[in-house]
Amino acid sequence: MPTVSVKRDLLFEALGQKYTDEEFDELCFEFGLELDEITSEKEILIREQGDEKAEGASDVVLYKIDVPANRYDLLCLEGLVRGLQVFKEKLEAPRYKRVSPADGGEPQRLVITEETASVRPHAVAAVLRNITFTQERYESFIELQEKLHQNICRKRTLVAIGTHDLDTISGPFTYTAKPPGEIRFKPLNQSKEYTATELMSLYKTDSHLRHYLHIIENEPLYPIIYDSNGIVLSMPPIINGDHSKISLNTKNIFIECTATDLTKAKTTLDMVVTMFSEYCEEPFTVEGAEVVYPDGRLCVYPELAYRTETLSGDFINKRVGINESAESIAQLLTRMCLRSEVSGEGDLIQVEIPPTRADVIHACDIMEDAAIAYGFNNIVRSTPRTYTIANQLPLNKLTELLRQDLAAAGFTEALTFALCSEEDIADKLRKNIAETRAVHISNPKTTEFQVARTCLLPGLLKTLAANRKMPLPLKLFEISDVVLKDETKDVGARNNRRLCAVYYNKSPGFEVIHGLLDRVMQLLDVKPGRNQGYHIQAAEDSTFFPGRCAEIFSCGKSIGHLGVLHPDVISRFELTMPCSAIDIDIEPFL
Amino acid sequence: MADTGLLEALLRLLEKVDGGIESQDVAADLGVDHQLIVGAVKSLQALGEVISAQQKSSKRWELTGEGREIAEQGSHEARVFNAIPDEGLPQNELMKMPSGKVGFSKAMSNKWIRLDKAHEGGPRVFKTVETIEDTVRDKLQLVQKGLSAKLEDKEKNELKKRKLLSEVTVKSYWITKGSSFSTTITKQETELTPEMIASGSWKEKKFKPYNFEAMGVAADCGHLHPLMKVRTQFRQIFLEMGFTEMPTNNFIESSFWNFDSLFQPQQHPARDQHDTFFISDPALAHEFPQDYLERVKQVHSEGGYGSQGYKYDWKIEEAQKNLLRTHTTAVSARMLYKLAQQKFTPVKYFSIDRVFRNETLDATHLAEFHQIEGVVADYGLTLGNLMGILHQFFTKLGLKKWVEVGNSGVFRPEMLLPMGLPEGVSVIAWGLSLERPTMIKYGINNIRELVGHKVNLQMVYDSPICRLDS
Repeated sequence: MPTVSVKRDLLFEALGQKYTDEEFDELCFEFGLELDEITSEKEILIREQGDEKAEGASDVVLYKIDVPANRYDLLCLEGLVRGLQVFKEKLEAPRYKRVSPADGGEPQRLVITEETASVRPHAVAAVLRNITFTQERYESFIELQEKLHQNICRKRTLVAIGTHDLDTISGPFTYTAKPPGEIRFKPLNQSKEYTATELMSLYKTDSHLRHYLHIIENEPLYPIIYDSNGIVLSMPPIINGDHSKISLNTKNIFIECTATDLTKAKTTLDMVVTMFSEYCEEPFTVEGAEVVYPDGRLCVYPELAYRTETLSGDFINKRVGINESAESIAQLLTRMCLRSEVSGEGDLIQVEIPPTRADVIHACDIMEDAAIAYGFNNIVRSTPRTYTIANQLPLNKLTELLRQDLAAAGFTEALTFALCSEEDIADKLRKNIAETRAVHISNPKTTEFQVARTCLLPGLLKTLAANRKMPLPLKLFEISDVVLKDETKDVGARNNRRLCAVYYNKSPGFEVIHGLLDRVMQLLDVKPGRNQGYHIQAAEDSTFFPGRCAEIFSCGKSIGHLGVLHPDVISRFELTMPCSAIDIDIEPFL
Repeated sequence: MADTGLLEALLRLLEKVDGGIESQDVAADLGVDHQLIVGAVKSLQALGEVISAQQKSSKRWELTGEGREIAEQGSHEARVFNAIPDEGLPQNELMKMPSGKVGFSKAMSNKWIRLDKAHEGGPRVFKTVETIEDTVRDKLQLVQKGLSAKLEDKEKNELKKRKLLSEVTVKSYWITKGSSFSTTITKQETELTPEMIASGSWKEKKFKPYNFEAMGVAADCGHLHPLMKVRTQFRQIFLEMGFTEMPTNNFIESSFWNFDSLFQPQQHPARDQHDTFFISDPALAHEFPQDYLERVKQVHSEGGYGSQGYKYDWKIEEAQKNLLRTHTTAVSARMLYKLAQQKFTPVKYFSIDRVFRNETLDATHLAEFHQIEGVVADYGLTLGNLMGILHQFFTKLGLKKWVEVGNSGVFRPEMLLPMGLPEGVSVIAWGLSLERPTMIKYGINNIRELVGHKVNLQMVYDSPICRLDS
């Protein structure tokens, strides 16, 4: 959930009303938001960097508001205020309009060349005319781009936004891709020109920009936008040119969004222009720009598309669990910026989805907005009439019953991790990793998460090692899943439910572990015996001390091992006493 | 066991005093030897809390054998004096008396008697005074009565020099009433024995009281892990509510079931390497229900079922990637798909099992945790139903502020309809972690104190049973 931080006083000024913190918290809740924190820049600095760094910082009160992940229209003060004012019926949702250049001239044009196809094939553009910035508006404009970059743009991988002072450049603009050595320009806030190659190494240490370098770093061609005079507007998704940078005095803004996902690019552009066209001479109008594709197609952006969905009042009532008239539902939806009208046919409602609400992609989203506007707390809670008979999963039922009785037999339950290092399941147990059938993790952050465990023993031995100070003997067990590669499964691996127990004392206590096997078999109603029963038989296993290991058979099938652990295994787990162990598969007993 | 009469006599004495009494005084009062009183004190102590006695040692003067003789019969000089009649006694006769020799010289030096050497018939002894005062005897009798304090140290030392007195160290007791003080004595038994049961003698016996302040002997038993005890209770709650357990014993899942089937777009940040553990071996899933996969692809890339879709280029390669499941909802998706392949019947499902996140670890986050999930699928389920069932579930947990520990919602049509579930069927679901409410419930701040091999077994040994609603 993104958090939007706004200055309280500016917010109240824009809302035309003052609230107490509690009142505003309540308003947020009603609107489906959460007032997460009340703070100030100074407070944040004190918390993050200490008192000294915070000296002189602003103590203007900030509201941090949690916004649903897909509500890009609430990521800035302008959008929040508009949403809340419409919700409170103080304002009618504005209609966003794309217009042609006022002087009847040619629209701005962005030409995409085919070189972009391999790296970042899409681009859209628009123009905001005669905008009036103030310091706050300007900051909000920059902040919104950053918020969009972090959210819908997926850290600029999907979309990157560039905004330019149109009066410093002249179209038509060209969006192309070039080898980094051939790109040379003065980037934003730098005093000299660099090649793209130089820039990539310059930004390696930039705390902000270094996170985006990977997007194009290994590409043979880098995306680049020029104006008709060869001036670089931007090298997406890394940096804009210094030449066309916007300032408080900028009147006309050229906005381009380059992308790997066209849908997201259109939405991002719609968001920027719908939010800030409010400050244009003619509010909520946006001048269209033409984008020409390599194949000659020409599109005009921003789309600012309105879409109408028709649904019935009954649908909303039934899904939410309320009983409202179609008119009242239409009113609820209108308050959520979804302008709605009863069509006159039955209880059908026409719902208009504006370009700011790209998150509404299905009638269920409209239903959810109706529920928010109605107030979740006003919906009557009711028990579903769904009649069902409960069943336990047989494997879990068996596990639960066995756990109880293993504890009754004097063993204490451990709870260990399913992920571990290769060493834990191989070297430390004197096994070869290649023979373990282990599932390997491709992106572990530390060695603790290299593989999924193939046996429970390492976890129990590590638990012993962490509890060496406890009085002896230590008797532990765990019944849980291990993971093994298995070609016959759709994903190529399966879980296996195993029972493992260890006895750790001054003497190995094989008879104790053997006694536990007898007890477990008694609980499972399997009698000692060669054919229909269970028996153990001397075996060699590198984890165990030679001559002190037996394989366990039940109904003629091998189900596991028991024995005295090999001294090397004991030392490798940083233990000092003899230890005996049992490890069996319990799935055959289902 | 000392004589019961003596014990009771001692107790009666003790009954009369407010504080306590000294065993020496008891001996003097009852006119018995102190050693007998010491024995009585020990016997009473063995009976439990009848009396309490504090041992102390003191020095005191005691008569020697000769001293006792003198206390009874008078000093040697007095005996010599008293043996002489008014007409005197021949010296050789006097010297035959047991005290003759010592008594004669002492009486002479006291000037109680005189010797007439020239008397006819041999030397003869005569009294010189009418009466005498036998101070030696008087002093010894004082000591005998325990009143040695009335004598000067010089006097005592003189008597000591004459070997009539000796100084001894005496162990004595300060005796006070015990918590179960009584003046009657019955011997108390320590434990009930088979013989007593057989003979019925237990009816007459008194039993030594137990010390209920002491701890018992630790029970010799195994213990269940606290988190697993909480898991058992959650299972119980779901079963009580009629929910059937899902088979979640598959930690390895394909991206298809973990994300795509849930209408999670392929560019979603949750599918990032930073959040999810992907598998290098076996890297890819190789089997999917083909027609269902086509429908999933379509709803993502083009929409359908009333949806606009996400309108992006959906790739099978992305769906094939194996991972450690990030939520048990992957299993819910498999179960709902399976359900859709049969004639629809309403279901309530639950699961509690491990899920994995490749995220930054801190005091409340581990790379793996247990997810609790509940799912209800039926015709006509409402948001009111979701809120109602959540309320019931969390009431059973005894948690009031449940919004903070879990997530809930209605599954999207873009997820359900491609599976083949009927149009009118809604599926409501909620999830939470097992660890979080357990930590809140038991006041544990660091998850490592609850889960994993570093857990202190003493915590496991000491953890109470789990009753979530109390």
